[in-house]
Amino acid sequence: MSEKYMVKNVFSNEKIEEDIYEITIDGKFEGNPGQFYLLRAWDEEPVLSRPISIYDKDEEKIKFLYRVCGRGTEILTKLKKGDEIKLTGPLGNGFPLEKLKGKVALVAGGIGIAPMLYLAKKLKNSSLDLYAGFRSGSKTVDDVEKNVNKLYLSTENGEVGHKGYVTDLLNVENYDVVVCCGPEIMMSKIIKMCDEKKVPLYVSMENRMACGIGACLVCTCKTKDGRKRSCKEGPVFLGEELVIND
Amino acid sequence: MTNVSISGVDFKNPVIAASGTFGFGNEYMNYFDVGRLGGISSKGLTIMPKEGNNGMRIYEVASGIMNSVGLQNPGVEHFIKEELEDMKKLNTVVIANLGGGTTEDYEKGIELLDKTDVDIIELNISCPNVKHGGMAFGIKSKVAFDVVSKVRKLCHKPLMVKLSPNAEDIVDMAVKCTEAGADSISLVNTFKAMAIDINKRRPVFDNVSAGLSGPCIKPIALRMVYEVAKAVDVPVVGMGGISNGKDAIEFIMAGATAVQVGTANFMKPDICVDIIEDIEKFMEREGINNLSEIIGIIK
Repeated sequence: MSEKYMVKNVFSNEKIEEDIYEITIDGKFEGNPGQFYLLRAWDEEPVLSRPISIYDKDEEKIKFLYRVCGRGTEILTKLKKGDEIKLTGPLGNGFPLEKLKGKVALVAGGIGIAPMLYLAKKLKNSSLDLYAGFRSGSKTVDDVEKNVNKLYLSTENGEVGHKGYVTDLLNVENYDVVVCCGPEIMMSKIIKMCDEKKVPLYVSMENRMACGIGACLVCTCKTKDGRKRSCKEGPVFLGEELVIND
Repeated sequence: MTNVSISGVDFKNPVIAASGTFGFGNEYMNYFDVGRLGGISSKGLTIMPKEGNNGMRIYEVASGIMNSVGLQNPGVEHFIKEELEDMKKLNTVVIANLGGGTTEDYEKGIELLDKTDVDIIELNISCPNVKHGGMAFGIKSKVAFDVVSKVRKLCHKPLMVKLSPNAEDIVDMAVKCTEAGADSISLVNTFKAMAIDINKRRPVFDNVSAGLSGPCIKPIALRMVYEVAKAVDVPVVGMGGISNGKDAIEFIMAGATAVQVGTANFMKPDICVDIIEDIEKFMEREGINNLSEIIGIIK
């Protein structure tokens, strides 16, 4: 698989809910669940491209689910069918599909749901449970049940599912392996849970990036084996490898 | 002809990838033949491997970025053993960028690099001097003069000294570095800058300040290159926010023999090729046969 810089065209760009958009881009793309592309639809400003994980793809298109959280993603929301968009990728290691066997729990917080939904679709594992936590109800999990055994849902405002955090619902001992992607606080909690119960865990990191291709070292995270690049050796790391600052 | 010469080293064109944004060149091979470049300045090296800084390392601001990587690097010896041979095969000028926390660090680094095949050594004097309360070597001209003089005695290769824009007097700094034996001067490194996370009510970076780069610093960097190029008689390599051919030509007209491109590599992995091609087009359009016709034409 080779990473490339490409200029492609937007097929569609839809608002899914408050601050969440789904963009579809024409073309045949490479990449596995957990890998990402740098997206860019502007010239020099803002300086950095936006690393967004693959949400879905087929032979003709690729999809990204993104949350509007700054100037770059704000520009992305303005794109219309036919507009040009620049992509660099696929980047990063992705999830180790061959190791996700037996009873698997996927745990997603917020926009961390995007790579998890693609992973669920690709794993085709009938004993796969998805734990998804949001601030309020989310349409992103509406038709997820075709790809998972059970959906555990939590919202901070209690709109749907459990009121509170998704980690309240999770007993890691029930699983052979856990995969997680979400905010740092959720991630460190799950790292602790899996560490205590000795359950293998894979974490997808959300570090800020600059070059995205392994050269600049701004996205490194601490591991027991020294600092590693989230964009190259990651974004997916074995939970027990990571050194998390409290 | 886009070729230029610095201290007897020939560059096929004046575009050099700047230290810290290009690793040792190999990551970019997926995107273009980096042999197209005039040169590559390596990731900043120190005598001992460095883990770099904790906390946030990158933060985006208007037309720029702030970084606080803290010179994470595998060390000079690792570079020589594991990276240099591959880098030499890239068919471009190899510049080893060297930093240090003490004068002795620089001396040890120079002694090792001097015996290798690197074409040029670029001395990064923006590093904090641990024996002077962490003030960078490149702030006071006298401190810089001392370290460059000592390094010069041990260095038989072309020595390029990379200046910090945070120097008390950038022109005096350049003059003193050449008096100490610098064969060329590159400038500018990042500007010391700051950002605050208003929700957390604390600085974004653990070190409080971080280095600002990108298009927002270009006009200031250009002015500094212009003033330095007038004051010294060694070649000047200009950098600071160069993102396109026009920017590069501005630096050349201001007096730079070559330019370095850093932050812009993050906009598009092969942006240096675009810059080289833009320079070629400009030369053709303007009937310029040799870049020397426009280097420093701004009086």
